[in-house]
Amino acid sequence: MGSQLRVFRRRIKSVQATKKITKAMELIASSRIVKAQQRVDAASPYTRELIRAISAAASTHTGNHPLLDTNVVDRKRAAVLVITSDRGLAGGYSSSAIKEAEQLSVLLSSQGLEIVPFLVGRKAVGYYKFRGRAIRASWTGFTDQPQVENAKEIAASLIEAFHQPLNEGGVDEIHIVYTNFESMVTQKPVVRRILPLEVQEKTAAEATAAGQGPFPLYSFEPSAKAVLDALLPKYVENLVYTSLLLSAASEHAARRRAMKAATDNAEDLIKNLSRQANQARQAEITQEISEIVGGADALSASA
Amino acid sequence: MGELNVTLVAVDRKIWSGTASRVIARTLDGEIGILPQHEPVLALLDDSPVRITTTSGDVIEAAVHGGFFAVDHDNVSILADSAELGGEIDVVRAREALERAKAAGDDDAARAAQERAETRLKVALNEQRHAGDARHA
Repeated sequence: MGSQLRVFRRRIKSVQATKKITKAMELIASSRIVKAQQRVDAASPYTRELIRAISAAASTHTGNHPLLDTNVVDRKRAAVLVITSDRGLAGGYSSSAIKEAEQLSVLLSSQGLEIVPFLVGRKAVGYYKFRGRAIRASWTGFTDQPQVENAKEIAASLIEAFHQPLNEGGVDEIHIVYTNFESMVTQKPVVRRILPLEVQEKTAAEATAAGQGPFPLYSFEPSAKAVLDALLPKYVENLVYTSLLLSAASEHAARRRAMKAATDNAEDLIKNLSRQANQARQAEITQEISEIVGGADALSASA
Repeated sequence: MGELNVTLVAVDRKIWSGTASRVIARTLDGEIGILPQHEPVLALLDDSPVRITTTSGDVIEAAVHGGFFAVDHDNVSILADSAELGGEIDVVRAREALERAKAAGDDDAARAAQERAETRLKVALNEQRHAGDARHA
């Protein structure tokens, strides 16, 4: 076998092996999207009820709550929670979330705020470490299947930073950057402010228009303030959890798309390489025939 | 008399929903029983069992570990930080968890764990008793 042909055959084999891997990853990702979506759906009834209860409690409770106070004029620091993936091979998933976070940082810096990063996922950690930036806290190892406990841990750390006094490194605002799973084909990085919360207080007319009716006159146990105190951290937790779930679903969708493209490319490559290999083989045979014919001619001429 | 539309949801999943004639839960202030036509209430839940009597007369018991519940216009939503139905709990493991929690010491986390384990075991044992009654009847 000629050396050229051998090279082609070797390359075909290696591309085929790669294709098997990317194909497997594509299949795994597509089965996980469905599961991730189901988890998003399973979490939504809780979110809905929680928001309703908080809106009711906030509209009844007249005093000011620190987590709701949007009127602080002199803000110094803003925490940004960036959610990315642990593993690569997911197309632009992590980098577009990081890019969005960078834009947010620029915007906040222009308002005179110092940025305090909180990171989820090894990709974000790597990005910040490589640039030598200070990281307040980071979490890794669960981005493809986030659990409630993970969200609890993150929310606790965020709320703690929010309650800290400014001169000890406390923050005045908390923003979250996650990737919203809009559909199988579109996932967009989204910025949302977690704290201070903006509870949407609907007027009775608006609520009736939305088909919900005004809030009933709840009697609170133990008191409206105690209920609000207990519910607001839960709300932050829930927001983080929902964002983690949506990001996980987006990660799988992005990975599936990237791996599908990789598999398709591998197929094209294999097709081209086999054509070239066939050509090389044909050329080799032609050459051998002409050598034999030439040899026979030379022999008969000399005889 | 009407009936209650009950939904019991944990942070990550829906646990039970259906119609009921009575719901009993324990708030931070004490036990509260909800019958149809109850006034709107929003209360924080203790770590405790929640008992739901369905319209067909069955009793469903769930171990609820913190959370809150809201009642308005005969809609009862119980939002638990985490919760399990009685039938989902393994008695042996619940007992082991309780022993472990008791042995773990006396700080806040250990006490909370012990409380959780006690609730879970109570619910699981009740469930077993109900199941036993059903067999004998």
